[in-house]
Amino acid sequence: MKENGIYGLIAEFEEPDQVLAAARQARAAGYRRVEAYTPYLVEDLAEELGMHNTGVPLICLLCGITGGLGGYGMEYFAAAIHYPINVGGRPLHSWPAFIPITFELTVLFAALGTVIGMLILNGLPRPHHPVFETPFFEQRNQSHFYLCIEAKDPLFDRTITQEFLLKQKPAHVWEVLA
Amino acid sequence: MPTTVQTCETLSERLSAVVLKRPTKLGWFTCLAISFTGVLMLNVAISWLLLRGVGVWGINEPVAWGFAIVNFVWWIGIGHAGTFISAILLLLHQHWRTSINRFTEAMTLFAVACAALFPLLHLGRPWVFYFLLPYPDTMRLWPQWRSPLVWDVFAVSTYFTVSLVYWYIGLVPDLATMRDRATRRWIKVLYGIGALGWRGSAKHWARYEMAYLLLAGLATPLVLSVHSVVSLDFAVAVLPGWHSTIFPPYFVAGAIFSGFAMVLTLLIPFRKIYKLEDVISERHLDLASKVMLATGLMVALGYASEHWMAWYSDEPNEEFLALNRMLGPYWPVWWTTMTCNILVPQLLWWRRIRTSPLPLFIISLLVNVGMWAERYMIVVVSLHRDFLPSSWGKFHGTVWDWATFGGTIGLFFTLMFLFVRLLPMIPIAELRKQTVEEGKEV
Repeated sequence: MKENGIYGLIAEFEEPDQVLAAARQARAAGYRRVEAYTPYLVEDLAEELGMHNTGVPLICLLCGITGGLGGYGMEYFAAAIHYPINVGGRPLHSWPAFIPITFELTVLFAALGTVIGMLILNGLPRPHHPVFETPFFEQRNQSHFYLCIEAKDPLFDRTITQEFLLKQKPAHVWEVLA
Repeated sequence: MPTTVQTCETLSERLSAVVLKRPTKLGWFTCLAISFTGVLMLNVAISWLLLRGVGVWGINEPVAWGFAIVNFVWWIGIGHAGTFISAILLLLHQHWRTSINRFTEAMTLFAVACAALFPLLHLGRPWVFYFLLPYPDTMRLWPQWRSPLVWDVFAVSTYFTVSLVYWYIGLVPDLATMRDRATRRWIKVLYGIGALGWRGSAKHWARYEMAYLLLAGLATPLVLSVHSVVSLDFAVAVLPGWHSTIFPPYFVAGAIFSGFAMVLTLLIPFRKIYKLEDVISERHLDLASKVMLATGLMVALGYASEHWMAWYSDEPNEEFLALNRMLGPYWPVWWTTMTCNILVPQLLWWRRIRTSPLPLFIISLLVNVGMWAERYMIVVVSLHRDFLPSSWGKFHGTVWDWATFGGTIGLFFTLMFLFVRLLPMIPIAELRKQTVEEGKEV
């Protein structure tokens, strides 16, 4: 059930184990649009929230392959096709000498791809987000652990969801306006 | 035992207060002013160089690679320790690295920036530096891929870019902390722009951590490759003193050796001034010294192998080079190198020295000097007397050489002082995680 004007309900915990348990319970209860906010990486939390693959390694691999093939291809094209010049009788396609640049471009593309891909998958940069409107979020997000059930979740119901979150024994439950 | 909330709160408060609450002291302004004088000197030196050409440096035939290349190799070597600490030690699960990695990554970045200036200026016409890059030019020319100097362009620019990205990505969650803890609006906005809207979402963290790990994996071969490529600039030439297969590993060991020396040179005063002795503890000094000792011994092995090969090869030019280094006109350089890089680091076998800041600081300074002397020996002393006595010559750095070198030291420290004043020099989010998790094990 959709609610207007609400982004979701957010529960505030003091221990990482609590937010892990709450995330597991929320998934078990059938909630799908659940997100947690933590001061540091809590192991397994993203998995509990239903994300099993970050997708970043694949992007890294693909960009690395692109960089490597592109680098080598550029060298081959330039040295053997576009600008063939005889330097002391060395073969035009002198592949061992092409390896360092191939390697560097593999790393360069893989690294930039990883970072840009990570940011795109995360939807960043996004300077503002409704969760920042949570009371005291600014002061507490560096020490508290939050679990947010979003209003877009098909199972979301203002009262039932609030009761569910309260059962997880949080320090507070807040309503986040959209 | 403090609760998780207290631990996180205390850490965030303490580490962000270094930037946000600590008043800017006169001492900081003084240090910045002194360093900035160096930047101004650099400005003058570069202007004069651009006006008059590279002749203002004492270079000529046969020594065409004077200070510029010495300084380039020295600076870029220093950078290597930062990447070593942040990437290789991360992959090896060395948790002690956490408190110093941001600082040393910044050191890497600034050192590589200083390093990159030298080959650019040494081009003679730096304004056409883009000739080095493959781009569709109207003359349909391409770079010469078989040249190590072209590899160097790619190696150094990749190294700088990856170091910058790695450092910045590591900063993002901490910039978010700074944004949330800053009290003044404009400061919040500035940190907020840098933080990219980071909100600590669990899914973001998972992708972030994966990306960070991958970057560490990518930066690891870079540490080994950049100085290897730099060493090939020399090793591919036929000159005695350069033409040697030991160069790549010998250069990489030297880079990490000198880098750790610079890490200690910087950390020892900074931890004292900012009262971070508990976060950057004696254990850190001890471990950094051990890395320095180990890499120092590898460098010693490199020297030994060079001299051994000079004798064993029975090649007159190689033999002459070895003797010329020890007893020739540049003999102080060889003796300084050996004293500072082999003899002095042996003091690090004693635990008491490894954990006492003052002796360690002095040793680290001497190693910095020694490593500069080593590069001077490799570049200048090898060049000044090669095969033909008719083409022998001498080189001495001019006042503009020293001004440019001193200027980059000023630039480096200016950037360092601005960094510790404006950005969290200790990774806050990583330390939160580490402290909470280690606290629980106790």
